[in-house]
Amino acid sequence: MPVQQDEVLQQVTQSEYKYGFVANIEEEIAPVGLNEDIIRFIWERKGEPEWMLEWRLRAYRHWKTMQEPRWAKVVYPPIDYQAISYYAAPKKRHVQSLDEIDPEIRRMFEKLGIPLEEQKLLAGVAVDAVLDSASVATTFKEKLAELGIIFCSMSEAIQKYPELVQKYLGSVVPYTDNFFAALNSAVFSDGSFVYVPPGVRCPMELSTYFRINAARTGQFERTLIIADEGAYVSYLEGCTAPMRDENQLHAAVVELIALDGAEIKYSTVQNWYPGDREGRGGIYNFVTKRGICLGRESKISWTQVETGSAITWKYPSVILKGEGSVGEFYSVAVTNHRQQADTGTKMIHIGRHTRSRIVSKGIAAGHSSNTYRGLVRILRGADYARNYTQCDSLLIGSSCGAHTFPYIEVLNPTAVTEHEAMTSKIGEDMLFYCRQRGISEEDAVALIVNGYCREVLLHLPMEFAVEAQKLLAISLEGSVG
Amino acid sequence: MSALLQIRNLRVAIEGKEILRGVSLDVYAGEVHAIMGPNGSGKSTLAAVLAGREEYEVLEGEVLFDGQNLLEMEPEERARAGLFLAFQYPVEIPGVSMATFLRTALNEVRKARGQEPLDPIQFLSYARERMSWLGMEPDFLQRAVNEGFSGGEKKRGEIFQLLLLEPRLAILDETDSGLDIDALKIVASGVNRMRSPERSFIVITHYQRLLNYIVPDVVHVLFDGRIVRTGGRELALELEERGYDWLRSEGELVLPTLGEQ
Ligand SMILES: Nc1ncnc2c1ncn2[C@@H]1O[C@H](COP(=O)(O)OP(=O)(O)OP(=O)(O)O)[C@@H](O)[C@H]1O
Ligand SMILES: [Mg+2]
Repeated sequence: MPVQQDEVLQQVTQSEYKYGFVANIEEEIAPVGLNEDIIRFIWERKGEPEWMLEWRLRAYRHWKTMQEPRWAKVVYPPIDYQAISYYAAPKKRHVQSLDEIDPEIRRMFEKLGIPLEEQKLLAGVAVDAVLDSASVATTFKEKLAELGIIFCSMSEAIQKYPELVQKYLGSVVPYTDNFFAALNSAVFSDGSFVYVPPGVRCPMELSTYFRINAARTGQFERTLIIADEGAYVSYLEGCTAPMRDENQLHAAVVELIALDGAEIKYSTVQNWYPGDREGRGGIYNFVTKRGICLGRESKISWTQVETGSAITWKYPSVILKGEGSVGEFYSVAVTNHRQQADTGTKMIHIGRHTRSRIVSKGIAAGHSSNTYRGLVRILRGADYARNYTQCDSLLIGSSCGAHTFPYIEVLNPTAVTEHEAMTSKIGEDMLFYCRQRGISEEDAVALIVNGYCREVLLHLPMEFAVEAQKLLAISLEGSVG
Repeated sequence: MSALLQIRNLRVAIEGKEILRGVSLDVYAGEVHAIMGPNGSGKSTLAAVLAGREEYEVLEGEVLFDGQNLLEMEPEERARAGLFLAFQYPVEIPGVSMATFLRTALNEVRKARGQEPLDPIQFLSYARERMSWLGMEPDFLQRAVNEGFSGGEKKRGEIFQLLLLEPRLAILDETDSGLDIDALKIVASGVNRMRSPERSFIVITHYQRLLNYIVPDVVHVLFDGRIVRTGGRELALELEERGYDWLRSEGELVLPTLGEQ
């Protein structure tokens, strides 16, 4: 890790969002607006079975009765849900092999550093690439299939594995859960699906790369990961978007299910376009992520590095149902300029001897606002449950704000919770010490921030850790001096 | 040949209070200057202004380093030009390993000198050799910058950085305070090893003891923001015997510095 940090600093040269290009890809885009016809349009385009239409319409009808939540510590003008297009997909899709992918799409992913050719892939990472609303390529499929692992797009899973999908889709995040989850359930168009059979350790990292390309569209992807008894899987998610003056809505739902003795490790490096210095444009990232430790001794671990988006609203959570199950949440959330983040986690302890661990590092610079919001709920039956929470904030400059709202509800007297919180500033003394050794102010900030986040970054898989460090440095450029 | 460091009539204030009240000093390449003086006389202030701390206000005066106007340079530019400060109170940077920190620093300095950067493996062998000169533990490079270091370890760490970065002018601000006698000898041997006709030192200290090991060419007494006396190493002995009080009356005198003699 220390060695890589150096590399990272040397590579950081540009301060602009470098993923902000628009690729010229022919896409089919749904008419603007949302009504039952649009939902039928999506359902038809995707050639889904009848039960999915029912599923979507139920969610849509419920959504219409709901109010957009306003309790988060973020400020934005009302979203006109009738001004968004809910489906965009590249015209040339149904490919049999990777060679058939539109060269323009291939070029775009290459530009992003995501090669789709299997032979070029970093050893040990299988990629699913989702462009706007549609999955365009999943690599390493055959190799995984030999082990019985299913890794495919959500659309494909609905066609090929309806029993699994019907059993688990919406079982962790029902459409009634919240406004954005309901919207997602009604209109989601693709995403990734993973199933790891009993006793199988997935030998490579599974990765989905999300890319918004089309204008005036929303992205609503849906991810479902099931680790059967004794299975293990590590899943990575990355995301970028072009620079646009408008705000674009991204409302994803991710559901994780861990059965007896299973372990799911879910890592995110979120780098949606954050908007410009004045706060024009950028993605509204309103995401519901939740996992359930259904089985005994199962484990779900969320690691997130959030640097992008104009607004981030997300709380990857774990329901600890199985006895002795473990939930973890490791988070770095960086906000700069006018970005706003309200993020954290929920750990719901139901089973006995369940344990959870929360380590959150918020970093605020510029005029940004950075909020940690967490809930630890220990229910009556959760004998001897344990939680450890650490939420730290680091301030850069004096125009930003950091807030923490740690809620703890303990209904079982044998449970033990520990909470630590610390707010610090990057001190003049620290910066001066670095500069006296020849390190520029910006490099010093990157160095100090990487050190501050080290504990979280260590939980990322190797390639992602490097990526994440670069991102931290880039997103904080221009934050001092 | 002109001096490597030329300070002319430097007046410096902080929060409206004048701390340095007209300091002039020439340090030639290869020389070791000691600066002594009572607490609060302005020794650390002088070091900080030379290194480029921004909260100090320069009221008057000029500083040339290798012919460049030092006061107009950013702190990192000064460092890259070869000015090094061993801090009286080294700063802790949690989570950042010494190896990362120092390789970043060294490669910046090397870049400024027109040298190729060192990769991690080259850096390691370069650093290990210098660590052995100071008898340092091998795990040192893996530890977070100054975090949880004892007072002595911090000071030794500063000297290690000096060995690593090979500056042209090193300012040591009370590097001897808090060191036991063995550590003091080690630190002094490190400094002596670095002495060369091209490299200069300004050694700030309260104790003649250090100067037994690092033998200075010149000793200055800073008193109430002025250099009130300049002499050879015997001046340090005299100060040790007599204290500073006898110099109080000389506070108003302006004495020639060695460079002008
Ligand atoms: N940041 C500051 N704010 C206010 N006053 C300061 C500041 N820094 C230094 N001073 C004052 O300037 C004067 C000189 O301080 P300086 O640290 O330079 O002394 P010194 O000679 O290094 O003393 P010592 O031998 O105790 O290290 C002192 O009166 C000190 O209080
Ligand atoms: Mg001092």
